[in-house]
Parts: sequence; C-alpha cells; structure tokens
Amino acid sequence: MSEKINVRYVAKLARIALTDDEVDRFGAQLAVLLEHVEALGKLDVGAVPATAQVLELANVTRDDKPAPCLDRDTVLGQAPRTQGAFVRVPRILAE
Amino acid sequence: MKATYEAVVGIECHVELKTRTKMFCGCANAFGSEPNTNVCPVCLALPGALPVPNGVAIEQTVRAGLAFGARIPAYSKFDRKNYFYPDMPKNYQISQYDMPLVQGGEVRYWLEDGTMKRCPLVRIHLEEDTGKSTHAGSGDGRIAGSLYSLVDFNRAGVPLMECVSEPALHSAADAVAYLASLRRTLMELGVSDVKMEEGSLRCDANVSVRLAGEAALGTKTEIKNMNSFRSVQRAIESEVDRQISLLERGERVVQETRGWDEANGVTHPMRSKEQAHDYRYFPDPDLVPLEIAGDDVERLRVGLPELPWERFERYTRAFGLGSKQATQLIDTPSLARYFDRVVNASSNPQQSANFVLGELSRLANDSGVAVADSKAEPEGVAELIVLVEARTVNSKIAKELLERMWRNGGSPKAIVEDEGLAQTNDADEIENLVEGVIAAHASVVADYRAGKSNVIGFLIGQAMKASRSKADPQLVSELMKKRLR
Amino acid sequence: MKLVDRSAFDVARDVNARRLSAREVTDAALAQADAVDGQVGAYLRVEYDLARAAAARVDARIASGERLALAGVPLAVKDNMCVIGTRTTCASRILEHWTAPYTATAVQRMLDAGCIPIGKANLDEFAMGSSCENSALGVTRNPYDLSRVPGGSSGGSAAAVAAREAAIGMGSDTGGSIREPGAFCNLVGFKPTYGRVSRYGLIAFASSLDQIGPLTRTVRDAAMAYDVMSGHDPMDSTSLPRAVEPASRALPTDLRGLRVGIVREFDLQALAPAMRTIYERAYAELESLGAALVDVSLPTVDYGVATYYLIAPAECSANLARFDGVRYGLRVDAADVGTMYEQTRAQGFGPEVKRRVLIGTYALSSGYYDAYYVRAQKARTLAAKDFAVAFGACDIIASPATSCPPFTLGAKSDPYSMYLMDYYTIPMSLAGVPALSVPCGWVREAQADLPLGLQLAAPHFAEPLLLGAAHAYEQATGYSARVSPAAAGSATGIEEPA
Repeated sequence: MSEKINVRYVAKLARIALTDDEVDRFGAQLAVLLEHVEALGKLDVGAVPATAQVLELANVTRDDKPAPCLDRDTVLGQAPRTQGAFVRVPRILAE
Repeated sequence: MKATYEAVVGIECHVELKTRTKMFCGCANAFGSEPNTNVCPVCLALPGALPVPNGVAIEQTVRAGLAFGARIPAYSKFDRKNYFYPDMPKNYQISQYDMPLVQGGEVRYWLEDGTMKRCPLVRIHLEEDTGKSTHAGSGDGRIAGSLYSLVDFNRAGVPLMECVSEPALHSAADAVAYLASLRRTLMELGVSDVKMEEGSLRCDANVSVRLAGEAALGTKTEIKNMNSFRSVQRAIESEVDRQISLLERGERVVQETRGWDEANGVTHPMRSKEQAHDYRYFPDPDLVPLEIAGDDVERLRVGLPELPWERFERYTRAFGLGSKQATQLIDTPSLARYFDRVVNASSNPQQSANFVLGELSRLANDSGVAVADSKAEPEGVAELIVLVEARTVNSKIAKELLERMWRNGGSPKAIVEDEGLAQTNDADEIENLVEGVIAAHASVVADYRAGKSNVIGFLIGQAMKASRSKADPQLVSELMKKRLR
Repeated sequence: MKLVDRSAFDVARDVNARRLSAREVTDAALAQADAVDGQVGAYLRVEYDLARAAAARVDARIASGERLALAGVPLAVKDNMCVIGTRTTCASRILEHWTAPYTATAVQRMLDAGCIPIGKANLDEFAMGSSCENSALGVTRNPYDLSRVPGGSSGGSAAAVAAREAAIGMGSDTGGSIREPGAFCNLVGFKPTYGRVSRYGLIAFASSLDQIGPLTRTVRDAAMAYDVMSGHDPMDSTSLPRAVEPASRALPTDLRGLRVGIVREFDLQALAPAMRTIYERAYAELESLGAALVDVSLPTVDYGVATYYLIAPAECSANLARFDGVRYGLRVDAADVGTMYEQTRAQGFGPEVKRRVLIGTYALSSGYYDAYYVRAQKARTLAAKDFAVAFGACDIIASPATSCPPFTLGAKSDPYSMYLMDYYTIPMSLAGVPALSVPCGWVREAQADLPLGLQLAAPHFAEPLLLGAAHAYEQATGYSARVSPAAAGSATGIEEPA
C-alpha cells in the first residue's frame, strides 16, 4: 500500500487549492498517517464483511407525501450571488 | 471486395419517475414550476440536512424491473458518486454503484413490420437528478463560450431511474424500436411521463462497429445530446457511417464522448471534463440498505398490467390486426384500454380498430379530448359496430351517431329506435324513392342516358336525401342503375 | 448555592413548581456568561434575545399549567447544530456568516422541553479535533485551568457547562468529541447508541459515527437530557425506530450484581503513574460498590485509530463537498467555477479540515479504495464483533476516557499525536455502542489539579444500565462536585501562551 501520495491530484479531486508549501506539509503529514494506517494490513479481513453502518436497519423509506418547501427569498438570500430567480455562478469550463 | 460491417449499439436511458415528491425529500416533483421554489434544506444540501428515500420511487423501479423480466436482488444499497458540478447541490449524487435495485432482464421490442426482438438489460438503478443550469453570455445558450451560468434547483433530487442495455442492438432502427418499447412499457406502468422534450426521458448511445462475424467489440464512442427518437436514429446512423469510414481509410476509432449536432447532422467530440473521472463511489452512510422481500416482489409482479409487447402479440396474433394498427393503439395506453372494451362488447376486433383509430381518433383530434375521456362509451361504440355490421344503420348515419355519442353519450341503439333512423332495406320503398327522383329530374336523367354517367351520383344523393339518409345506399345505387338502364 | 450552580434537575423542578422563573435562571446564566466568557471563550455567540424570548415562552407555558421536563434549563448548543435564525458556523470561515433556516431535531426537542438556548458554543472546525484549538473563530479555555484546552471537539459546550454558563451542553461525538471534553472539564459526557438521537440538523462530519449527546455536571442531568433529545425522527434514515426506555427515572446507588469488564488491551501500565493510580482506584471503587470486575478482551482495539482515521475522513470528504460557494456560505470569486470552488475551499477551510478531506479523498480514490476504505470497513466489523463478544461476559466496560489530562494550549502541534488522543474512545464509536465519561479524580500537574474521566460503555440500547452505573459511581465518589475556578471567578492561568 505504501507509496507517495499525489497530493496535487487528490487536492484537485477535493477541489481545494493548495500552495506549494501546503502540498509539502500535507504530503508529509498524510504520509505519517498512512504509515500508521498500514497496520491494518496485519488484520486478517479476508472473509470479513464490510460494515458501512453499525445499525441493523433496512428499508427506511418515507411516504410519497409533499412537505413544505423553503421560501424562495430565504433560498436566494443565502446565495452569494443571484440573478433574478436564479443562483448565479461563474462560467463552467468543464464539458 | 468491400468488407461488411456490423453496428453494435447499447442505450443508456435516464427516466424521471412520476412521483409526487422528490427522491429524498418532500418537495414537489413537478415540471415547469417557478425557479427555485421546489427546494428545501435536503435537496439544496443545506448543512445538516439528511436524505430519506421515497418508498414509491423504489417500488416503481422494482416494478419496471419486473416488467422487463429482471432479477430483484434481495439486497441493494445507495452509494455516493462524487464530483463537483454547480447544479448538483451536495457535489455528490446519491446513486447505486455495485448493488442496483434491478439486475438483468430484457426489453422486447418490435420493428415496423411486426418482427419481435429482444435486447438484454444490464441493470436498472435509482438515483437523483441534478438541477438545471442555463448558460449565459455565449449568445446561443451553450456552455462553450458562456460567461456565467444561472442555476435552478427545482429538478435537483427528482427520482431518476437509469436503464442500461447490453450492447446488443445492431442498427439505428433497432435502437429506436428498443427505445419506443421501453417508453411504452414505462408509460403503461405509469412510472414516468417519459417525455423526451421535457427531459423526463433522456438517452445516450454507445456505438461501435466491427466486421461482420467478428466476436470482439470495436472501440466505442458515447453519443450525447439526442433530444428525440428521430435524433437518436440520425445520430446513430451518422456515427456508424463515420466509424465505418474511419476503418475503411485504415484509421482508428478513438474512445470518446461525442455530442449530436442536430442542425448539421453530425457528431462532434465533446471537450472532456478537466477533472479526471474518479467518482470515489462509496456506500452512503446517511442511508440504510434496501432488503426487498420475495413476498413484496411477488405482490408487485402479480400486480403488473398487460405489457405493451404482450398486447402487441395479442392484437396481431389473436385479433389479426396489422402491425401498424396494433402499434398505433398500443402507443396510447388509454386508447388501447378503450379499444379492448370495444372489442369485448362487439367481438369484432378489426371493426373496433377501424372505429377507434378512424372516426373516434378524428373526433379526438378535432376536439382535443382523448377518446377515453369523451362521452362515447366503448360499449356504445360496440353497439354501433353491431348496428353497422347488421346493416341496421348505414355509414353516414353511423358517423352522425358517433358524433352525437361523442358529445352526449348514450346508446346508439336507443337513438336509432327513438328517432327511426334504422336503415331502410325495403326494396319496394326504395324503388318508390328512385321513381320519384327520376320523375323530378327528367333533364338529368336525359343527360345520363346521353352518356354523362357521372350524374348518377347526384340522382343517388337526391334519393338518399329523400330517405333522410336512412336508405341503404348500396340498395339505392343498385336500384337506380337498374331503373336507368 | 448560586443559581448558576444548580443542576438541570434542580432548575426544572423549581421552575415547574413556580419557585423560580425561567426568566431568573436565564438572566443568571447570561450574567455568568458576561462575567466569565471573556476568559473562557465557551460561546461563539451568546444569544441574548433568543434566550430571553425562550424564557418568556417557558414561563408562559408553566403559567398555563404545563409541566416541562427541562423547564428553564440553560442550554449551550454546539455550533454545528442548526437553530433557526441563528448563525450556525461549525467554527469555520466557510460558514462564518451563515444563518440556519431550520432547527435540528435534537435541539428542537430540548427547546420544546423548556430549555433556554444561551448561546452557540465553540468547537473544533466541523467537529474535527480533540482540543477545540481547530476553531477558526475563537479560542476556548479549560475552566479548571485557563492555560489548558477544554478538549474537543465539543470543547465550547463542555467549557460552558463547567463555567456555569449553562446547565446542559449539547455536543456531538464522532470519535470521542463528547467524552473527551467531558473528561477534561470534569463533566459527564454521554454519547448514546448510534441512531438514538436524530442527526437531522447536525452538520455532518462522519455520518456513520456522528451522534449527539449531552454534557452535564451530573449523571442525572445527562439522563434527563438524553430522555428528551432521543427518539425516532423520520427525517433521519439512520434514526432508530425503537422506543427509548427512559433513563432518568430509576437511577441506582450501588452496582450489586453488575459485571464490569476491564479491557485487557487497555494496559494501565501505558499511562503516566499518577494517572494509573487514579484508574486503579476507580476500578476499585466500582468493585466496592458491588460490581464484579471481569477481564475482557477487545482483540482488535489497537486498530481503532487507524480504522477511524480512514472511515471518518472518507465520509467527511463527501459530506463537506457541499461547501462550494454556490448556494450559501463563503464564496471567493473567480473567473470560472472550478477556480471559485478551489479558492473558496482553500480560504474557507482550516488546515485540519483540509487534511481530513484530503486523506478521505485519497482513501476513496481509484486504486486505493479497497486497500484503505474497504479494509477499514472490514476492520470496523471486527471492532463491533469484539464488543459483542465482550458483552457476553460483562454488562458494562470500564476504561480511561483519555490517555492524558488536559494539556496546555498549543502543546500538541503534530496531527498524529492529536489523533491518538481518541485511542480509548474511538472503539466505542466504531461499534456504535453507548459510552460516557464520568469524573474520576484529579492529577496534579504544574501546580494545577486536572480532572480525569472514567469511560463506561454498554451494549447497544443499554443506556439506562450505563447511566445507572455512572450515577452510582458518581454518588459514591463525588469527584464531579468540585466547581471550576473560572466559574467561581477565581481563575488563573490566562497569561499562559495560547
């Protein structure tokens, strides 16, 4: 498991801009953590099922019944930038 | 010798489910509302809000799976698909990765000539839709060159079912017939409006070509931006041609996403996202697993309606209808159900189809009221068919009766009896009418005898008029000709 | 006894009996906050208007003949829980100016039961930390020694209760974030069974681990708060639908017949001698109350920290993706949306949040998912199984709550040593079992008496048993009675470096 983390790639996925200093610092700190995490490699988990939730709950659903929505002024009032009834964002470069 | 190529097409459909509320919250699932009004903390991904799945959406997905003969696994779950996009509030989509609600199955579809075919499905899973971005500043509403985008979150969180076919379709016509059948089935189940123009049905096509007889698949491209069945047909045809030309020239197909350009009739490579596709799927810890009990699956299976392909086989095989009429009926589920009631009461499938697709559909078109919503009861229509078949009323009276039934309902038999509209088949009576017309129009009779044979139509018309349209037109015609001979 | 020293139990009893008004209690709590919070820094904001309006409502309800379980009880709400109309910041720049348009279910239940929201309490940013030092919006100090941290992440709620600025603090615990500050601030810090208290309106850190619970000065108060805040919520899919057995009704005063498991792997020899002495005494105290000490094993317990620091960051990397500058909160403008995201998140998140988002993103990324995330999930299965087996041999488990007493601000600069702070508390979080810390004595360090906590854990849903045992221990030992110097207005140590 042990290899150098590509911090820039991970930061790109996480959408966090990092300075060069941060890349180095986080890289080193994450490497320390991963070193400790390597210990999990010693556990025999071959036949063990994965646990996503400790609850023994299943099939929690709701009825298809309408509930109140938020007032639009509240919604738009929270947005950093709006135009008319819409939330405005800078241009989208992808695709 | 020129090589023969085979197209290989797989279709991925996104279908918005027709629930009252969204997938994970109680906001209205409605098309065309004022922007940003059907939103709440959950679907806007406000801090602290949590999703709770819509039970009806889950049931509808399972029903769709059962309609396609698929397997409903005992265990299923929701996963998070992580990527950033401004109209996706959480910046992850709740979807299903490795344990979809529905696995396998097949779509049975038929071609115009009535040939029935099957296309296997990989899976159907349930996820949530994104909001909608409008791109501004580029002049043409396209994202390329736009300066900013405006986001409406009303659609964010609407339940979305994704149906993925195997790459088992081999022509554009097959692909469209597949889609049509999928669409009819979902409509029959009532799970979606399946309107491509409103975006409640959206599809992408994976297209590749290979030399006929080869087993390995060629390099595929993914085609997007197809907004109608016709654009699906044209886009696939165009892409298949493009790929074949490439191969003929000794070039290679590049695996990529291509957008369909409706105006120019070609596909273009789409700029790939700047971000790598590393979706980091993992089980959504805000949700618990779905364990669909066998009993529930059985209950839903038993409750399935007759499916369009089953109906097609019944109409063409048992009823002997042509493929075109059968398809026309099936394409409007309410019309097909109406037709079935007419047949049930008239025992005359062909005449029932003729009436439903002929006069009744014309009345529907003229009035803007669906046949099934008119005042004309199917049982009344069947009664009328019986009257026509028995030659109790002629076609002109039948048409009038149908119009009256359309507006006011009622039994045609009763109207005929009350108003004495029954067809006159009495030869003596009709002969008297004919005599009267000949006597009253001596100059026309002379014209006829002088060789202007087409004036006989006028004379027959006069006789029909004299009978208040009740005379059997065929008998009038026969006797008129005989008398003038 | 001063009004602010009264327990929630006493306040509610007297307000219900109309011997005391919610208004008087509220004024006293607000005055105490005015007097001491400049030093303690428990609250990010004291909500004067909200508190007085709530007090007026409670007094009106009492006057109309209602009885309320927590009538007039001053409440500190951790600032990662939404309260409609209040700023709810998670102690983060990215939410610094955000006002919640709805109220968290658990908070609403407390307010409906008569609690008075005095203010929104500080925390480690997005509840990520064990000292409260990761707050981007303020410094909180330990009321027992102002040079030291109050613990975290629910450090503000703990400090508020220890400084008598509230009787109940609402905290959230993901890997120890209630129990550790509880231990550091000489309080009862109680994390119920996962799923017992609704998470709706709690700003998520790690969804499968987060659980709301109370911080109080007495076990009885914790039980009363738990009885109110727990119960099924249809807005939270992970909320347990089973009925909650009230925990505050019958609290025993001895431990006869109770089998207390002492975890073999939690070797007290690993602790500093002064601490070891305290815990050896604590176990002996349990025994003297009639409990039978039994040796139990949690074989995979040493993997807890590694397991936790994969699962929690993985979940948080997705949970925090919504903070993107589009719909609310901070936006750092840029020419394109991608740069806007990256700059907003770069400036909006502090270093610990970035670290955890990065590690979580990495653990889920293509090629590493199975090696890290899936393996951690499997280790979690083993952790849960460990507890199931151990609870076959004992009724509750006792252990230290922390591996050290409260440390001085700035003493732990290396992230991993901070992560190890949660060594004793993480396993219970992974297993989802209820656990609490209860004061168990003092160690003397640098001329200060520093509180320590005894952790008790029980099987799923055994909250009444757990709280009962803690109550018996507390009543017999009385460590929780010592008032913090900050609360008494005789605090020292503020000059120490921050």
